[in-house]
Amino acid sequence: MVNYFKLIALGLITFFALIAANYARDLAYLVHALIISGVSFGLFIWVLRGMGTVKVHAQDEYMDDVIRFGVIATAFWGVVGFLAGVFIAFQLAFPVLNFEWAQGYANFGRLRPLHTSAVIFAFGGNALIATSFYVVQRTSAARLWGGNLGWFVFWGYQLFIVLAATGYLLGGTQSKEYAEPEWYVDLWLTVVWVAYLAVFLGTVIKRKEPHIYVANWFFLAFIVTVAMLHLVNNLTVPVSIFGSKSVIVWSGVQDAMVQWWYGHNAVGFFLTAGFLGMMYYFIPKQAERPVFSYKLSIIHFWAIIFLYIWAGPHHLHYTALPDWASTLGMVFSIVLWMPSWGGMINGLMTLSGAWDKLRTDPVIRMMVISVGFYGMSTFEGPMMSIRAVNSLSHYTDWTIGHVHSGALGWNGMITFGALYYLVPVLWKRERLYSLQLVSWHFWLATIGIVLYAASMWVTGIMEGLMWREVDANGFLVNSFADTVAAKKPMNIVRGLGGVMFLTGAVIMCYNLWMTVRKAPAKAASLSVAVPAE
Amino acid sequence: MSKPSKKLDNDPNTTGHVWDGIEEFDNPMPRWWLWTFYVTIIWAIGYVIAYPAWPGINNATKGVLGWSSRANVAADIQSAEDKLAPINAKLEAAELTQITTDPELGPYAVSAGNAVFKTWCAQCHGSGAAGAVGYPNLLDNDWLWGGDIENIYATVKHGIRNEEDDDARYSEMPAFGDDYLEDEQIDSVVNYVMSLSGEAKDASIVAAGAEVFADECSSCHMEDGTGDQAQGAPNLADAIWLYGGDYDSIKETVTYSRFGVMPAWGTRLTEAQVRAVSAYVHGLGGGE
Repeated sequence: MVNYFKLIALGLITFFALIAANYARDLAYLVHALIISGVSFGLFIWVLRGMGTVKVHAQDEYMDDVIRFGVIATAFWGVVGFLAGVFIAFQLAFPVLNFEWAQGYANFGRLRPLHTSAVIFAFGGNALIATSFYVVQRTSAARLWGGNLGWFVFWGYQLFIVLAATGYLLGGTQSKEYAEPEWYVDLWLTVVWVAYLAVFLGTVIKRKEPHIYVANWFFLAFIVTVAMLHLVNNLTVPVSIFGSKSVIVWSGVQDAMVQWWYGHNAVGFFLTAGFLGMMYYFIPKQAERPVFSYKLSIIHFWAIIFLYIWAGPHHLHYTALPDWASTLGMVFSIVLWMPSWGGMINGLMTLSGAWDKLRTDPVIRMMVISVGFYGMSTFEGPMMSIRAVNSLSHYTDWTIGHVHSGALGWNGMITFGALYYLVPVLWKRERLYSLQLVSWHFWLATIGIVLYAASMWVTGIMEGLMWREVDANGFLVNSFADTVAAKKPMNIVRGLGGVMFLTGAVIMCYNLWMTVRKAPAKAASLSVAVPAE
Repeated sequence: MSKPSKKLDNDPNTTGHVWDGIEEFDNPMPRWWLWTFYVTIIWAIGYVIAYPAWPGINNATKGVLGWSSRANVAADIQSAEDKLAPINAKLEAAELTQITTDPELGPYAVSAGNAVFKTWCAQCHGSGAAGAVGYPNLLDNDWLWGGDIENIYATVKHGIRNEEDDDARYSEMPAFGDDYLEDEQIDSVVNYVMSLSGEAKDASIVAAGAEVFADECSSCHMEDGTGDQAQGAPNLADAIWLYGGDYDSIKETVTYSRFGVMPAWGTRLTEAQVRAVSAYVHGLGGGE
């Protein structure tokens, strides 16, 4: 019966998407309407062919298939995102790479949001969805709630990624940093995200453990807050139902403030809280040691949740934003320093008693350096939020360096660690294919990040100083183009750092692939993961 | 399935909960962490009293220090303007031709003009003033509208082919391809123009092109093609080209004409700034 409704719905979507394609006012909308119609038609056929067969799900096992897909998607989008990053890094060093024949599609301005969204939302988002599904099942001793809803979340999210990415290249963008997708893509993400919340929360509610594990607090905070941020920052009115363009309801400095309230908390809740959830599961598991301090985890969790949400105005120092808002943004950012470090302390101190593993286990080394980069970025961030520092650092490459020491170092490395942990478990292998390749990945990525961050510190501070430089009469000495020219060597170093990071990720993909293909299978008695009763 | 955490002899107590083998120690929060947290909170309270912080309905607290980013910028600008007011007044009163040779005004105009140039002019003319296709090189002594300081000043102040200033320099070359000249005529005149400063693509039609040139072009570009600065008509006999000197570029110019524009900087900059940047450009090497 349900299948008939599915067929009707999918048929209608196919039909209306084709009508929308017919009336499309712009290229991005046209392509998206065709993609949506194609996808729903494919699903229509798929449902039709499956009619009459009854699928039996083993309800007494963890739902791991969707996590396996999530692991593959994470690795795939990771490489795509890093590749885009390396390419645009070299576009900045060598502008000729903004090819004449690809103007309007593959120039820096179009590819930059493709890179940021690919790494944050495609790579990071898939990592978060996959690990949160894994962790919530294990620590709740319950199968994922909602049956196939987990699959809907996974595939729905991939569709969101494809619509967002193609939209950027074809010019469908709201021009809001990290919130570029246009209105219908936002609506779709909202549906997917609500399903995600339902699956996660449903699993937590039906847990068989008496308490909710700390990782799940962080995951839940991440899911709920991102939903709120997404809705408020994407309140737009479409110009036409048949076009991608929409107009935001906020205006002027309020729009800027909402945007950076969103933007900063995308960092705070997507890239910090969510990944702390990941950290709180995989570090104790890999180290095989208890978490350092339960008290610390409670206090730093609530402190982060309360404080982070106010820190956004530090992105708008010395702008049209009133001074009072700028002060509050700075003050909350600085008070946030210790709560952020609480996660670092809990991560690092969990290793006390297991420090020797740093010598033997490159996976734990990866997780430790990730927490180290987390600590460094969460010190650097509050420091850069101080108005006096910000007046030098703002608009320079220092910001880019800061973001990447956090993104490559913290988010990237903890995700790699989680993938190295998950693949043998999910594919029931005794061990990883090669620890030596993990070591190679570790060193390539670490040196790559150091090259990236160090070169951006140098250019960032240089830019800031050059912009300020005045002669004896108080006149500016340098033009903007002078600073661009001066940055060239460092831009090349940054690109090379990216190449190393990308190479490491490719090595990881090979290693994971070979783990699935070649590593010895785990003994059969342990092969079925069963929720504890 | 789940491996329990390994325990050591001197481990502290755990909270007693286990999730998938993960336990938690009942360790206190590190003291240094807690105290640093307290210190940042106390500092924060002090800071929000000292600086503007708390919003009300119509206004926000001003902070006991009375700090204001806008007031600071206004004060900085005011003090810079006050400091430079006397010399700017002198610059505005001076004869244009005397500025560069004046021992006080000359160096000042160059440093002020440099800043103006790098802020407002570099986007088109390049930060080194070497120009680009469509944007004249200001380092050489080839001038469209004259290279003495008075002419440079007039160009900067009023701009070129803009609507915002009635005194803007204005001249317009016809689009000869617009049903006006035959294709062969255009072809021949392009070859003739090429021959003025180098080699024609097709030497056999240069003579025919010379006739077309004499009829259609010489009134502005002069009989010998050396141009007329009073009309902004470029010298075609030198090897310097604004839009390119190859056959295709010249053909495009003749067929469709060009319409380079420059803003009237007198509407955006102060008189002293216009004078300073004129002196700066005049001093770049090509000033007459």
